[in-house]
Formats: sequence, C-alpha cells, structure tokens
Amino acid sequence: MAFKRLDGRKNNEMRKIKAKVGIIPNADGSAMFSIGDTIAIVAVYGPRKMHPQHKQDPEKGVLRCTYNMNSFSVSDRMRPGPSRRSMEISKIMEWALSPVLMLKKYPGSVVDVHINIIQADAGTRCAGINAASMALAHAGIPMKDLVSSIAVGKMDKTIVLDLDKYEDSDFKEGEGSTDIPISMTGKGELTHIQLDGKIDKKQLKEGIKLAEKACKEIHEIQKQALKDALKK
Amino acid sequence: MTERKVVVPGEVIVKGEDHLPGEWTEKTEEGIISLRYGLAEEVNRLVKVIPLSGVYHPRRGNVVIGKVENVTFNGWVLNIGCEDTAFLSLMEVPRFVNKDNLEEVMDIGDSAIVKIWGINRRGIDLSIKSRGLGKIEEGMIIEINPYKVPRVIGKEGSMIKIIKDETGCNITVGQNGFVWIKGDKIEDELLAKKAILFVTEKSFISGLTEEVIKWFKENNVSLKKVPKQDMTEKVSKPIKTEDKK
Repeated sequence: MAFKRLDGRKNNEMRKIKAKVGIIPNADGSAMFSIGDTIAIVAVYGPRKMHPQHKQDPEKGVLRCTYNMNSFSVSDRMRPGPSRRSMEISKIMEWALSPVLMLKKYPGSVVDVHINIIQADAGTRCAGINAASMALAHAGIPMKDLVSSIAVGKMDKTIVLDLDKYEDSDFKEGEGSTDIPISMTGKGELTHIQLDGKIDKKQLKEGIKLAEKACKEIHEIQKQALKDALKK
Repeated sequence: MTERKVVVPGEVIVKGEDHLPGEWTEKTEEGIISLRYGLAEEVNRLVKVIPLSGVYHPRRGNVVIGKVENVTFNGWVLNIGCEDTAFLSLMEVPRFVNKDNLEEVMDIGDSAIVKIWGINRRGIDLSIKSRGLGKIEEGMIIEINPYKVPRVIGKEGSMIKIIKDETGCNITVGQNGFVWIKGDKIEDELLAKKAILFVTEKSFISGLTEEVIKWFKENNVSLKKVPKQDMTEKVSKPIKTEDKK
C-alpha cells in the first residue's frame, strides 16, 4: 500500500515510550508516562476519608479522577480550569480503571487520582490511564491487574496505531481520520473503548487486535517501571 | 525462606495447584496472582505479598505518635497520620488533670506517644495508660512510610537496637510511621535520622542488618572520635525505651 506516515512510523508502530514511578515525593503514589511528545504525570492520594460526606459510599471506596491539561501543554495557550472535555475524560478514566481496583476494604473512603498533562500531542487520555494505573499500584491500592491503554485509528482507509496530533486532527485526505482509544488489562480484557467517527465492523476488529498487541507491550513497560523503582 | 521478588498487581507469582494463596494474593486459573505492589514471599507452600507502600491503616493495640490538633472539654483530638480523627479522652490519662485547664497537660501542637485502644465508626479512641506512653517533651520526630516500620524495627527489634547502640539515642517507632528520636546531642539525633532513612531506602535488600553495620562504620567515624568516653558510658547504661511491636 502506498500509505506513509509523516514521522516514518509503520502502521503498527507506537511512538517512543518512557515510564517512571515515584516522581512526586509528597503523594502516596505517583508516575509519569510519556509516549512521543505526550507527557502525563499522575499523583495518587488515599484511600482517605471522602469529603463531601454525601459522596461517601458505605459499601466500598470510591475512585475519583481529575484530568487536567496544563495551559502550556499545547501550542495555543489552553484556558485553564475544568471544561466539558476534561470532566468527560475524568469520568471515562474512572470507568476505565475501576474494574481492576478492589476498594471493598475501604468503605467511606476515596482514592484521589490527579492526572496532569504537561505536554499534549494526541493520545493524552491513554497516556493518563497508563500513568494512573502505575501510580495506583505504587500507592499500594489493591488491584487485580494493571490497565494499559492505546489509541488505534483509521486514516482514510488504513488502520494505524497510536495517532499523533497531526494524524488525529489535521489529516483530511479521503475519509479523514477516526480515533479509537482502547484500554485493556494485562490479560487482554477490555475496560474502555471509545469511538467517534465512522468505521466498519471488520476494520474495528482489526483495530482491536492491533491495540491488544500494543497494550501487551505497554503492560511490560509499566511492569518494568514499577520494578525499577525498587531496584534503584 | 526463599528469596523475595518484586511483584506488581496481576503478576503471576507461582503457577500450578501446589500452593496456597496468602495475604494480598488470589488464586486464578493461571496460578496465584498478586493483588498489590510489593515483595512476594513463599513459606511452606503459602504465598503472600508484603506491601511496601500505602497509607497507614490503624489497628487496635498499635502504638503510634500523634500531634494534638484540638483541645476539647473532655480530651484531645490528635492527628495520627490517617484520615480518621483520633480522640484521647481525659479518662485515659493516668494522672490528675484540672478539667478547666487541659492545655496545661497538652496544648495544640504538642506530640504524644499513644496507644490505639479502640476503633469504631465515629473514630479512633486513644489511651496513654501504659508504660512508655505520654507526652513528648523534647527530641525530634521524623516521618517514614508506615509499611517500612517493620524493617526499621527488624526481627525482634534487632535493627532498632543497632541504631540505638550506635547513636546513643532513644528511639520510639510509631506504627503510623512517625519516629521519635531523642539524644543528648543534636548530632546524635541527626545520625540516627540518617540511619533510619538509609534503612527505609534499602528496605528491600536481604541482609540489611549487615549493610547497616557497614554503613555505620563508614559514617560514624567523625562522631566516634570525639565523644568516645560518652559512648561507652551510654552503652553500659540500660536503654530505657522498649521496642514497640
């Protein structure tokens, strides 16, 4: 196929990944995850008492994510403060992470996860979920597995892995581009999939398969980062 | 005891049916998996994970160090490093207290060694009706991760004994990760602090006790030269504080 990506990557190739655990001494758990030019840093606090009290759940602990893009993270200054987009992504991250967490032991408590994007180049929610999952493990929260996340996309008619900013929003040839963020546990169970745009069933399946392979790779990187934090 | 290895949540520790799942592990079709980030240990076919991070969870009988946050008409509210408020009632103080002047005994900002006497829905009840408990008058308090407390104390208090002997300080380790150091000189206290932080940093190494003895040999030179007489005196004296388990 005569299709070539701008940065010379293959269709099934991710950008360069860096992961580090324990970057914020004040937090109970913290992690950094960067993929290409996207960098996410995450701090986890808790389990601690939920405040306001009416949000407490007497049956189990609650996960509360706060996604934030810093105003300097994009080339045009982003207006700081919560927005419709950031609140939506916060909620989605809670849904993507909560299937693996075991918060039954902490009734009336909350685990606070603060996700900060300090540099954005598409795929921020995936980088955020990857970092958050490492930070939660680092904070000693009981969990069944780690969560790994990656975006697959369709550019014109080709399925590609891990879109960058240009591929995600500025690519207009043919059918344009579609972005599908996918999160999975280490075993390959889906915890989150999002799609806006058009894609047919066959290609979606192909995309999920591609994401599954990539998530396995990311899972290994996350594992290694957690282990390296102790070996220092 | 076999060697310990670092595990992350979801990692398969052992495969097959020969083992039993212990603390922070779960049995699945693939084998026994870890539920927490920490060190996996296998003793007599029982597999468990020793967590290395997390916030303090109070338990009955724990000896902890707290800071007075508020004085009420019948007791004190202490911060013991967890989100629940801890209350030290006037009834649990083994001495006469003037009810109109609780501040005389302990004021806001004071620290005390206390025991957790009970935990209920409303909060934590504290007591100082035991030996070694009570208000802290002098010395310094440092904070470490509560999951590293067993390492700092060591097997039957071996590690803390070394640090006490080498520095000549009185050390009390609260289960909540607050450590009280009291020495004759500030240099001694600082050395003890450094030693404890060294232990927490290297907490995953096996044979840590030897490592600490070596560390003291390297770091204690300047200190030992000057007050050599003091040191021998102190070692011969019985050390007052008991180890808090």
